[in-house]
Amino acid sequence: MKLALITLLPFLGAVFPVFSIRYGRNACAALAGAFTLAALVLLLGEAPAVYRGEVPAWGVDWLAPVGLRFSFFLDGLGLFFATLILGIGLLIILYARFYLDSRNPMGVFYTYLLLFQGAMVGIALSNNVLMMLVFWELTSLSSFLLIGYWRHLPEARQGARMALAVTGGGGLCLIAGMLLLGHIAGSYELGEILARGEVVKASPLYAPALVLILLGAFTKSAQFPFHFWLPHAMAAPTPVSAYLHSATMVKAGVFLLARLWPVLAGTDMWFMVVTPAGLVTMLVGAWIAIFKDDLKALLAFSTVSHLGLMVMLLGFGTHMAAVACAFHILNHATFKAPLFMSAGIVDHEAHTRDIRRLGGLVTLMPITATLALIAAASMAGIPLLNGFLSKEMMLEEASHTVFAGTTWLVPVLATLGALLSVAYSARFAVRTFLGPVRHDYPHHPHDPPFGMWLPVAVLVVPVIAIGILPMLAEPVITRTAMAIVGGPLPEFHLALWHGLTPALFMSLVAIAGGAALFAAFDPADRLRRSLPRPEAKRLFDSVIDALVAVCRRFIDASHTGSLQAYAGATIAAVVTVGLVAFFDAPHAAGERTPMPVNATAILAWILVLGATLAVITCHANRLLALVLTSVIGLVVSLSFLTLSAPDLALTQISVEVVTTILLLLALNLLPKQTAPEKGLGIHLRDGAVAIVAGLGIAGIAYAVMTRDFSTISDFHIAQSKPGGGGTNVVNVTLVDFRGYDTFGEIIVLGIAALTIFALLDNALRGAAARRLDAMRQGEEAKDAHPLILVVATRVLLPLALTVAVYIFLRGHNQPGGGFIAGLIVSIAFIMQYIASGYAFAAERARVNAQALIGAGVIIAGLTGIGSWFFDAPFLTSTFGHLHLPVIGDVELASAMGFDTGVFLTVIGAVMLSLSQIARVEQRAEREPVPEGPMDNRPQPVGGDAPALTATQGAAK
Amino acid sequence: MSHWIVVPTVLPALTAACLVLFARDNLFLQRVISVVATVALVVLTLGLYRLADDGELRVYLLSNWPAPFGILQVLDRLSATMLLLTACLALVVIVYAINGWDRRGRHFHPLFQFQLLGLNGAFLTGDFFNLFVFFEVMLIASYGLMLHGGGPRRLKAGFQYVTINLIGSTLFLIAVGIIYAVTGTLNMADLAVKASQVATGDVALLRTGALLLFMVFALKAAMVPLHWWLPTTYAAASAPVAALFAIMTKVGAYCILRMYGLVFGPDAGPLALVAEPWVIPAAMVTLAIGAIGVLASRRLLDLACFAAVASMGTLLIAIGLFDEVGVTAALYYLVHSTVAGAALFLLVDLIAIRRGKARDTLSAAAPFPRDYVYGALFFLAAIATVGLPPLSGFLGKLLLLDATMTTPHAAAIWTVVLGSSFLMLVGFSRAGSVLFWKSAAQPAPAAQEDVRRRAVPTLAAATLIGATVLLSVLAAPVSRALGETAHQALDTRGYVEAVIGTIKTASVTGL
Repeated sequence: MKLALITLLPFLGAVFPVFSIRYGRNACAALAGAFTLAALVLLLGEAPAVYRGEVPAWGVDWLAPVGLRFSFFLDGLGLFFATLILGIGLLIILYARFYLDSRNPMGVFYTYLLLFQGAMVGIALSNNVLMMLVFWELTSLSSFLLIGYWRHLPEARQGARMALAVTGGGGLCLIAGMLLLGHIAGSYELGEILARGEVVKASPLYAPALVLILLGAFTKSAQFPFHFWLPHAMAAPTPVSAYLHSATMVKAGVFLLARLWPVLAGTDMWFMVVTPAGLVTMLVGAWIAIFKDDLKALLAFSTVSHLGLMVMLLGFGTHMAAVACAFHILNHATFKAPLFMSAGIVDHEAHTRDIRRLGGLVTLMPITATLALIAAASMAGIPLLNGFLSKEMMLEEASHTVFAGTTWLVPVLATLGALLSVAYSARFAVRTFLGPVRHDYPHHPHDPPFGMWLPVAVLVVPVIAIGILPMLAEPVITRTAMAIVGGPLPEFHLALWHGLTPALFMSLVAIAGGAALFAAFDPADRLRRSLPRPEAKRLFDSVIDALVAVCRRFIDASHTGSLQAYAGATIAAVVTVGLVAFFDAPHAAGERTPMPVNATAILAWILVLGATLAVITCHANRLLALVLTSVIGLVVSLSFLTLSAPDLALTQISVEVVTTILLLLALNLLPKQTAPEKGLGIHLRDGAVAIVAGLGIAGIAYAVMTRDFSTISDFHIAQSKPGGGGTNVVNVTLVDFRGYDTFGEIIVLGIAALTIFALLDNALRGAAARRLDAMRQGEEAKDAHPLILVVATRVLLPLALTVAVYIFLRGHNQPGGGFIAGLIVSIAFIMQYIASGYAFAAERARVNAQALIGAGVIIAGLTGIGSWFFDAPFLTSTFGHLHLPVIGDVELASAMGFDTGVFLTVIGAVMLSLSQIARVEQRAEREPVPEGPMDNRPQPVGGDAPALTATQGAAK
Repeated sequence: MSHWIVVPTVLPALTAACLVLFARDNLFLQRVISVVATVALVVLTLGLYRLADDGELRVYLLSNWPAPFGILQVLDRLSATMLLLTACLALVVIVYAINGWDRRGRHFHPLFQFQLLGLNGAFLTGDFFNLFVFFEVMLIASYGLMLHGGGPRRLKAGFQYVTINLIGSTLFLIAVGIIYAVTGTLNMADLAVKASQVATGDVALLRTGALLLFMVFALKAAMVPLHWWLPTTYAAASAPVAALFAIMTKVGAYCILRMYGLVFGPDAGPLALVAEPWVIPAAMVTLAIGAIGVLASRRLLDLACFAAVASMGTLLIAIGLFDEVGVTAALYYLVHSTVAGAALFLLVDLIAIRRGKARDTLSAAAPFPRDYVYGALFFLAAIATVGLPPLSGFLGKLLLLDATMTTPHAAAIWTVVLGSSFLMLVGFSRAGSVLFWKSAAQPAPAAQEDVRRRAVPTLAAATLIGATVLLSVLAAPVSRALGETAHQALDTRGYVEAVIGTIKTASVTGL
């Protein structure tokens, strides 16, 4: 519990700085520091237990199915790292308080910093590899924010994105690696994984797991060839660089390798991959560092180099190399953080960190210079400083490492690495602080306030102390190294003097050679310039740009926005799946005897076929296409009639009439011809898809119709009268057996009408309306409302209504019902609109069509709910007989209420669609349609004025 | 008998009808009714969720006809989960919409409620013709919502959306026709039984019907190569509608799970797991294309759309496993991607409004007031969408990777999943960096027009992001519950017994 608290404290603390900044920067920094300090105190409180050899642990399940646990433990390694993270973090917070001036949003800075710190502590203390992964990616994310802190600088943004892409991308590999590792080990708990090293190494999945984990670690720790992101992370404010590059971010990769050392290290593969990666990184980083003019860039590449050194040591796979690695982690943190902070002080004071514009600072800022020189000497590996000790241990380990059968390769290259690091350390120290005082600094430098150099001083103390008395660090290093190797260590002592060992000579060679190289800087620089220098950032940028370009080209080419292409692809996919599905399974032809072919059937067949072919050839003419399609609809209605489905035939024909009228109205607003189409190739392609699809459907229809089958409709037919109270099984199905479907379908109809209303309502406003106004119709019918038609429709209206009532009432037992009745009423009304004009009809429509829809759905719904009061489910119907005088026995079914809802909704939907389209039509017409009940009535001058207003009112 | 099971459909239907009948010209009244009804729906679905939590399947016989002759609704853990998710999402969306979006066209609220009716009906029904009906309700309402607000771009995209979906609806009918012709039933449980006993000579026909039906759901779920409509439609729809549509694609995924995990599940004889060979390969391509589209996007809205495609790919890979572990991962990811996807669409809108003429283009523009709030929200939404720790996207992905570990396609799936995450990581970081960092470097407009904007829409988006955080924190109980849901969702025998077993107990009134 305490361990979780240590991890969570920085996260909790991260909330406060953003909000406390209004109380001043001191309060903000103090709060951030307080949380860090609290975590550090808690952590150190656990230290005695760890040094007694205990491993405190605590955890709860988080995502049990995959074995992700919120679980922590504290061993020597974790304690070592967490202390570094929190300790240096505390110093950085202090330093940053003075480094950032009031122009920088400090609250945000501390928030990011604490998030990052929490994530790092989480990595160090995680007892679950998946949990560690979570913190791992959190460091990528929070470092992204930190690096991009100065968001107005392009290099900050690019550096942040690059760091995220590389380390986040590596993290994705790590996800796979950790899952594999846990799978092999049978647990994601580190405690258990660490105990199963042999099982893991023997597994066939060891190799992929190792590669994936190494990708994660190498990207994070900037190992060659992923080293390029780290120098660009320099764009961050210096406190961030100091933190990221000394104790945290980049050390996470090293930490991971150390953490998993007992499980992964010691195999040939490990050695052959990790050692050269570290070695090359050490050399490449150091070589580049020598020639960097920017102090921070120089330090950044030196960090790369030192990380390479640590990775190489872990790659050796020996226990003593692990000890050396642990020691170097400590030493590097203590000298690298002061160096970065000093570089920041120089930048802060002199307003430049270009090495060519500096020099002689030792007299101007003696405190900073002294501290920086000590740290730089330690980085160079000068005796009596801690850097010397661990570097010598590294050289000692390298001196007896055999790589690929050669005994000299690793020692020589390791010495070379040490030599190069002497050179860049010398350049950093000499060119910045020594030499004559200049007079052309951008800003005259002097020592910074106490708060800025104090953190540097605090860290330089151990540099010297350990350098002189290495045994001080021995307990820490022993405990840490024991945790790395997961067992006892060979007897060793950290000491200044080991006698005349090969390592001592290598050290001497390195120091002498490094000094010589520094002296010969100019020829070396010429040599460097003559070598090919792949600019990693440009390379990375061009790779990303190319990636984006390829993606764009692919998406632009495939997602053209062409409906024709989309529909074609959709249908082609469907046809393919359908064909594969059918031909990949056994099929037997149907055995049903076909009906005899008669002349009517043949005629109908020819009609449908002819109309279809005609639509294909003439579809450019929209009106003709519509007429031809309605031929198909009519034939379908007739075939329903022939196949003894009078209800369907009635419905089909009414629907056919209504839709044709609506479509005709809509067509009036569209161009008479469709737009010209694309080339022949596309035609052929679409034609082929259509033909195959059509044949497929025909084949399926044939297969279905030629076989006998029994369905649930047998039950429906049997139950129609006894169970549903009606002899018309179609209607009973609609209102009872499947009344719920009907309920849904009338709603569909209602929604369609409401959508048409809403859509066209928009067309009556704004730009669309202006377009409508501009749309001039060429020629108007001479006689818009023929007298005979007007009279006939008005006479027909009551008749049609009577028929509708009749159809409605008989519906339960005879062909008919609410749906058909609704359509008949609608058609009767539509006739009025056609014959007498929109304004005439609209003026006389007493009931709002939208209200009809609403009422219809409510009536249908309430009928359904009514059955709840009889403790029966929604839409359960009941029926009874009523004896009325004169009329006699009348059957009443509750389903009739439902059918009324259907009836009203249908009328409402049709009328709403119609009137709305008509409204738009009217807007588009040149002149208001002559008004009045009949337009051939002689009109008095000015008599149409009120009617005109009505029209405009309607149009609005 | 508990009538509560049918209320999730009856309530929005009647609410919408009342809105049309009584409040069609009074926007304020519409808002009140719509919000109250949606809150009621949340409460109701929460109750149903708790009811279903005992693991029992509850069957509701509409019109009181016994299965398989009438229509029935089935409440199980899965449908209850989907209902609850839909209602919660709807509440956030409606709160967002009543701050102005609903004013931009007629009938937003009735269409919204009808949309909920369609969704709820689709999640509850146990009858695949009734499923067709609710698909129609859902689709036609979505046409209206999609076109809400008008404008040529929306109209053009809307036309495509309608056309593609009409193809889908036609196909649905054809497929239902074939299946009915072969098995003679419309009831899902009955179909499960009949499918396992199908005559050898009929297998090809039934298989064709089953797979054509699968294509309908795949279309809805935006599975490549049927995903075309999604980027265009979502980009053109108004923000609250696009956010609500986050659940629409999930209907497709849900139906695939129901029909091909349960009905045509492992026990379906010659039809066993008929869709299985198709799902995972297509889903991997879907994920890849989504990720490629994210990186290719020039506008934030396109980025959100392709992220939605990618999330469907991820979800379908998990569903395609058709086993308990896979479906658990799928359900967790489903909840996550619905919430995160909706959050992203709302955020895009909030950001676009504030960027003036630059709208959502991924180019630097003058910074806007309080951009850090939107930057922070976008950062979290991006983490969730890309699937980085510690948010639910990562946990869902972890579940998926774990579930696929031992399958034959493991290497391919992992490569696609992690590779896509990388592309999306780069895509999102580029977008965020331009929108919130590069823009900050631009000169602020001379006269900063201080438009006072309401905080509620931002809070709505923040609520959704908060929900992904909650989903991450509560991953333990959530994944446990979803594990049980997955178990039940794949238990064909239990489903059939619960549904067909009701024949004996049904009291056929009206006889």
